[in-house]
Amino acid sequence: MKEYRTITKIAGPLLFVEKTEPVGYGELVNIALFDGSVKRGQVLDTSDDLVVIQVFETTAGIGKDSGIRFLGETIKMPVGKEMLGRILSGGGKPIDGGPEIVPEKRIDITGAAINPYARASPEEFIQTGISTIDGTNTLVRGQKLPIFSGAGLPHNNIALQIARQSKVLGSKEEFAVVFAAMGITKEEANHFMQDFERTGALERAVVFLNLADDPAVERIITPRLALTTAEYLAFDLGMHVLVILTDMTNYCEALRQIGAAREEVPGRRGYPGYMYTDLAGIYERAGIIKGKKGSITQFPILTMPGDDITHPIPDLTGYITEGQIVVSRELHRKGIYPPINVLPSLSRLMNLGIGKEHTREDHKKVSDQLYAAYAEGNDLRGLVAIVGKEALSERDRMFLEFADLFESRFVRQGYSEDRSIFETLDLGWDLLSTLPVEQLVRIDRDLINRYHPQFRQAAKAQE
Amino acid sequence: MEVKEITEKGRAGVLRRIAGPVVTAVNVDAHMYDVVKVGSEELMGEVIKIEGEDIIIQVYEDTSGIRPGEPVINTGLSLAVELGPGLLTGIYDGIQRPLSVLVDKMGDFIQRGVSAPGLDHQKKWDFRPLVKEGDRVSPGSIIGEVQETNIVHKILVPPNVQGGLVKSIRAGSFTVGETVCTLDSGTTLSMMHKWPVRVPRPVREKMNPTIPLITGQRILDGLFPIAKGGTAAIPGPFGSGKTVTQQQLAKWSDAEIVVYIGCGERGNEMTEVLTEFPGLEDPKTGKPLMERTVLIANTSNMPVAAREASVYTGITIAEYFRDMGYDVSLMADSTSRWAEAMREISSRLEEMPGEEGYPAYLAARLSEFYERAGLVETLSGKNGSVSVIGAVSPPGGDFSEPVTQNTLRIVKVFWALDAKLSQRRHFPAINWLNSYSLYLDTLNDWYDREVSPEWNTLRSWAMEILQKEAELQEIVQLVGSDALPEAEQVTIEVARMIREIFLQQNAYDAVDTFCDMSKQYEMVKAIKAFADQAYAVQSAGVTPQQIIGTRSKNDLPQIKFIKDYKPELERILKAMESEFNELRSSA
Ligand SMILES: Nc1ncnc2c1ncn2[C@@H]1O[C@H](COP(=O)(O)OP(=O)(O)OP(=O)(O)O)[C@@H](O)[C@H]1O
Ligand SMILES: Nc1ncnc2c1ncn2[C@@H]1O[C@H](COP(=O)(O)OP(=O)(O)O)[C@@H](O)[C@H]1O
Ligand SMILES: [Mg+2]
Ligand SMILES: [Mg+2]
Repeated sequence: MKEYRTITKIAGPLLFVEKTEPVGYGELVNIALFDGSVKRGQVLDTSDDLVVIQVFETTAGIGKDSGIRFLGETIKMPVGKEMLGRILSGGGKPIDGGPEIVPEKRIDITGAAINPYARASPEEFIQTGISTIDGTNTLVRGQKLPIFSGAGLPHNNIALQIARQSKVLGSKEEFAVVFAAMGITKEEANHFMQDFERTGALERAVVFLNLADDPAVERIITPRLALTTAEYLAFDLGMHVLVILTDMTNYCEALRQIGAAREEVPGRRGYPGYMYTDLAGIYERAGIIKGKKGSITQFPILTMPGDDITHPIPDLTGYITEGQIVVSRELHRKGIYPPINVLPSLSRLMNLGIGKEHTREDHKKVSDQLYAAYAEGNDLRGLVAIVGKEALSERDRMFLEFADLFESRFVRQGYSEDRSIFETLDLGWDLLSTLPVEQLVRIDRDLINRYHPQFRQAAKAQE
Repeated sequence: MEVKEITEKGRAGVLRRIAGPVVTAVNVDAHMYDVVKVGSEELMGEVIKIEGEDIIIQVYEDTSGIRPGEPVINTGLSLAVELGPGLLTGIYDGIQRPLSVLVDKMGDFIQRGVSAPGLDHQKKWDFRPLVKEGDRVSPGSIIGEVQETNIVHKILVPPNVQGGLVKSIRAGSFTVGETVCTLDSGTTLSMMHKWPVRVPRPVREKMNPTIPLITGQRILDGLFPIAKGGTAAIPGPFGSGKTVTQQQLAKWSDAEIVVYIGCGERGNEMTEVLTEFPGLEDPKTGKPLMERTVLIANTSNMPVAAREASVYTGITIAEYFRDMGYDVSLMADSTSRWAEAMREISSRLEEMPGEEGYPAYLAARLSEFYERAGLVETLSGKNGSVSVIGAVSPPGGDFSEPVTQNTLRIVKVFWALDAKLSQRRHFPAINWLNSYSLYLDTLNDWYDREVSPEWNTLRSWAMEILQKEAELQEIVQLVGSDALPEAEQVTIEVARMIREIFLQQNAYDAVDTFCDMSKQYEMVKAIKAFADQAYAVQSAGVTPQQIIGTRSKNDLPQIKFIKDYKPELERILKAMESEFNELRSSA
């Protein structure tokens, strides 16, 4: 393989190389430094006279004397069953002191799109034991459901609680966790690792760590390595894989950095115009394939800059993922854990995974009613601040109280409190029963007669 | 899409530069929008710019590994779709490759370098001639028909083919490629033809639409109707209900043919359509809804150039069915992803960016697209229509951005989705204060005739109450609701009923998912009956608390969930009347 020493320009993470043989778009590149170390990159633009390479590590040490080798293939990830239990760098190299991974297969990390015709509808209810998720934003197997959070909020604990408690009722199938850290601190990473170790999850996990002090551009490939591994575990080995990607905000920053280095016309707030497409290439790698046993369920975590949900990172994410769980600073300040604000939260696949066959027949309507009542009560808080409680009608006062109850009883639960879906739904009914029954306009009379505590008791008394 | 074998159309050109989905070639004798085969894997692409020697091509497949020096072959043809029996129930990617065929050819993931014709060329269809030897046919004439699903597929003389006298025509079972008819000029016709997607299909005349597309969605049919042949935009932030609304229209609207384009959106949503639709029945005819449907699915992670093409593929198919005399409705979810595909390609071409990086021709492309909607007299003298409903996904939910704004300048109906409503699970989260329909006046007659002479008055009444509520809410925000004059407290209650009973409609409730016009009418009438009596007793001295406290009206929302609602509605109305009578006599 020919080695070139024709770098003409280095700008940020980009190398400009001249006078090469024809080089393929997207090809993997090795860059040999004078000290014998080798860095990796990828071809972003190729033509007769100039090749642009994006380096996945810091360009420190790269100079005009560095040797460039084009490897004639796109980036591949060696995968194998023995990856379970291993800790790898954000670039896919073992960093746990263990042996090199003996690959059973090498897979292109870009990942091809799943043909929509080959997909199976995700509809298996996953019980996370968290009421605000199970009851009102239900997760199903094969879904991509991000956590939108803010700096300093307990999103990691929520993710861990979900990873720990998640189960498909009545199923004992093999599952695995793929955890990809992008630019998080050592401390945060330790928090995850310790929890994985404590619960024994590590044996069934593959961990990719790109920490805050690791090269930013490496973050571009970290989630792709993780998802390639996940696809192998899910679709080759038939496991149910939960993928946690954190923090996608750092990923997007790296993307912006590369865009800037290429002097591209920036899109909104300086992020590349193709960020939607790029993120879709990550988030869409979740789901279930007809006739295959496994599944990929994705939990990306991102911190919203300035807690702003309209910032391009959460915004584009929300347009791709199947809903979002929004962590609220206000609830956190009130001391409520998990501080999930259900109002802007959403699970788009909820309807597929609930109801008679999956959870309980009243699930959808209870959830709708809880939302409506909480939203109404929550609105009134603003009003009370201006006009005082006295100016409220009787009806308004009840909704105001409902909102408080909802937060203190339905939202609030313990870090290890694992509520069954039936407990969650009954809790919902208990709260709804504080409102006059005729205010429950979202629920059919039938269901009210069967599940409303007032009638439940009446029915019992009759027996 | 299949591109016919090339018969030595000049020499092969050479690739010079590859940068993602846009590549540059030289030595290609090409015209704008010619379809070319790129590289040794013959990836499909389209010429989008010619600059000196350089031919710039957008490639519909992933270009990884392609090198400078590889060949480029021009097919000399434009990007075209195959039109003929076999389209219905199909699911295609953005360039009309059937996704089911792609699964057979390359497995569960979309690989590249595989071509697949849009129609099944092996399958035989029973062709029934509708003209006979010696008849004169012209471009667009109907020469025969095929029972495709429960839909009859008319076979047309392609609009770009000279007519003439029919020399021979045969009935029987044929594949789409076989000749079924010969004209005296020697022209042979089969059941299919190709049409370039970027060229609107010609019509005899465009007419003003006067009939609503009935969707079974109360806020749409009732307050902001779209006409058959009309255009509507449905902008909203993520999770506000663009997709569900469009799917509701695809399911329940009374179009004869539905073309649904998933343009740069989620894979699982297309799967949902694929799994759900085959089980649905037309509420009027009982026929399976899937049989009238064509799906185009170019999801967000599929190649961006094919996403750009997908809306053209979709609208061309829609126009084709229109040309048979059908009322077609087309949903594009989301036109913003299409615009972004344009932006992405444009920026790779290093074109001068317009607003927010979108190309300067964004507005022109959008209006050209929506102009392909309309009620028309077809070349064969029939009436047909294409209604276009485009979702818009504004960044941050901010409607002032270029795609929303340029769309609003063109379309006649605006369904403004509102995150505040969706967050409280008020669905459809269409804001009744900002939304509008410019078809109201032209559709009045129809509602008058087909629903009730009272309808238009009832509609205006409901809108007035909602407007009034908005004003009153501003006051309430300052002083609280108890401080309002008594009559206005009643108005607030009536408005609540309109919102919660009439406007809110749960797409996932087996009954409420579709509401026919007569039920819509009965519902508003019932609320109006409440209002009339409430104002009457109020002026007779009954307090708002007493009025709000009446019990019978609390059963009204239940009407939504009951299929044969009439007896129950009657009961409620009677109970309401006696309750008000009691109040009046005790006042
Ligand atoms: N477009 C609307 N959709 C739904 N409800 C509405 C709408 N407009 C008014 N309302 C009703 O009026 C109430 C107040 O309206 P809205 O939430 O728009 O108030 P606002 O003054 O904008 O609130 P904020 O103080 O949060 O800005 C709502 O609780 C709702 O019941
Ligand atoms: N008419 C409706 N009835 C009930 N739920 C709805 C309705 N419209 C939207 N929803 C809810 O809102 C969610 C998001 O809607 P969707 O159409 O996917 O939003 P968008 O396409 O605007 O991002 C859905 O998953 C569903 O839960
Ligand atoms: Mg959508
Ligand atoms: Mg017609």
